Amino acid sequence: MRKLKTTTKIDFATYIGVIIAFVVITVLMNGGMLTRSFSGMLVPICCSIVMAVSLNLTVGILGELSLGHAGFVSVGAFSGVIASQSLVNAVESEPVRLLIAIVVGAICAAIAGILIGIPVLRLRGDYLAIVTLAFGEIIKDLINCLIVGVDSKGLHVLFNAKGTLTVQDLNLKEGGSVIIKGAQGATGIKTISTFTAGFILVMVALIVVLNLTRSRSGRAIMALRDNRIAAESVGINVTKYKLMAFVTSAALAGAAGALYGLNYSSLVSSTFNFNMSIEILLMVVFGGLGNIWGSVIAAAAIKLLPEMLRALADYRMLIYAIILILVMIAINNPTIKGLLGKILPKKKGDEIDG
Amino acid sequence: MEFLSYLISGISLGSVYAIIALGYTMVYGIAKMLNFAHGDVIMVGGYVSLLTMTSLGLPVWVAILLAMVVCTILGILIEGLAYKPLRSAPSLAVLITAIGVSYFLQNSALLIWGANPQVYTPVIEGAVKLFDGQLSITYISILTVVVCVVIMIALTIFTSKSKMGKAMRACSEDKAAAQLMGINVNKTISLTFAIGSALASVAGILLCSSYPTLMPTTGSMPGIKAFTAAVFGGIGSIPGAFLGGILLGIIESLAKAYISTQLANSVVFAVLIIVLLVRPAGLLGKYVPEKV
Repeated sequence: MRKLKTTTKIDFATYIGVIIAFVVITVLMNGGMLTRSFSGMLVPICCSIVMAVSLNLTVGILGELSLGHAGFVSVGAFSGVIASQSLVNAVESEPVRLLIAIVVGAICAAIAGILIGIPVLRLRGDYLAIVTLAFGEIIKDLINCLIVGVDSKGLHVLFNAKGTLTVQDLNLKEGGSVIIKGAQGATGIKTISTFTAGFILVMVALIVVLNLTRSRSGRAIMALRDNRIAAESVGINVTKYKLMAFVTSAALAGAAGALYGLNYSSLVSSTFNFNMSIEILLMVVFGGLGNIWGSVIAAAAIKLLPEMLRALADYRMLIYAIILILVMIAINNPTIKGLLGKILPKKKGDEIDG
Repeated sequence: MEFLSYLISGISLGSVYAIIALGYTMVYGIAKMLNFAHGDVIMVGGYVSLLTMTSLGLPVWVAILLAMVVCTILGILIEGLAYKPLRSAPSLAVLITAIGVSYFLQNSALLIWGANPQVYTPVIEGAVKLFDGQLSITYISILTVVVCVVIMIALTIFTSKSKMGKAMRACSEDKAAAQLMGINVNKTISLTFAIGSALASVAGILLCSSYPTLMPTTGSMPGIKAFTAAVFGGIGSIPGAFLGGILLGIIESLAKAYISTQLANSVVFAVLIIVLLVRPAGLLGKYVPEKV
């Protein structure tokens, strides 16, 4: 019973921490005490937190290495942008439109998650990692070939595989507008993402992931991670629970993508490349596998780190890389690990090593 | 005739992938880690050879030799400084460190040589013309294929016959047992990284000679492709890496010609996914239980 209580306490501490951070930042922002570059970072930071929390579900809780998380983010981003842009006239209220876009983004990413998850989850270890990487690249290339426009007759979608089609081939009616121009990506997006929406999405993601983890299904998923054969022999349906974690993770990533996409006036699919998947994975590993509040802090820190190193100009990314290597070596050093173990109080049932 | 020329350029590209994949697969076999920095060693090899040829004006063979030496030292340094402290750490920690090393190499190259693409002078120029000039095969693609086959055969002999090669195989099977037999595991792993990096520099020279632009990010996509090739053929297996690399190159070249230039990479990855679904351990993964 004490164990259960500790996890509940940590969950509530996570929620309260996020709420306090939101309140403090909002107060500071209204007081005009934040720099422009920092307030511009707020929505991307919220998106990164949601992406990291959702990837932690796949990597930390389910225990499968995914290197293609950016693929789901990009599905969510582009479907969210299409939804929002085609409803510009129909839905006046921006928050409502943002909500619709996020829901559409989540649903589309979830569908992609199901399509990819069913074949892929049969593989294990590094093979699964390479296939998720491959899917991420395929999604990026496919979106690169899309030409989408909207007019009074509805959506027009072209698939520009040969690279010969142009926007004119959409045959849009008078007053129609082009949403995605193939390799040029989406342009002229009405930016409707707000920090409040980002905060709400972070809270939703936390509630979904934490409740899933602490539920019966969550325990089944963790049992699969710890010992698949043992879990299977006590009657846990492997495909069902693996898919449940994978699709939930994809849907949340899609929601984050929609928010991310609607934060910029233009968007190209090459943004969502392998490096983005890796950056999200970094956040998860730094925060600790299976440790949700760790992901929240690590995501914010990793997004802010290059900003803080801005003074170093050209050497910024070099220092970033060195910090990365040194931190990885330090946290895996037995001596330092022992020291940390003495300083930090033991958290039962919270830190789960993968 | 058109088909034949696409096929040949595919085999040539595939040979480059195969050389990189051989390094990947050896390192994976022994250290059980995905070395994402491998692709960036290719780039370093490219820059070193280019600078030796243009800035120092030295002959081609010196450039090749120097690139190999620099990359070998680089490989040993990377292994010793970044990966060795993580020998007993979880594999994900090593993966992230490898990515850190990759960022480090890319950004160092950016600072030293700048972001602008540089034009690479091919190590050999010219082409053979066959069928009244309908089919032209560049010398560099012939050289690439020959070098790849030679390296593959040499590596196979090295790992099956020589003492060091046998030690490498023993380490990849069971490190603790290998140590008990008197094998110096750390030295063997360093040697594997050295060989892998030397191969990467050769691949870098050949790649840049066929596709003569060089940027700090030149190595990353071939690195990922070679990783795909290694998995395709069954990671840990030397003939598998060779086969995977060649097939991948052919598929990519034909897809570029007949399906779509933009979707060529997607076709490659889609084939990989299908192969892995049918044979979850790669093409030769099952039949070659020994890992090197």
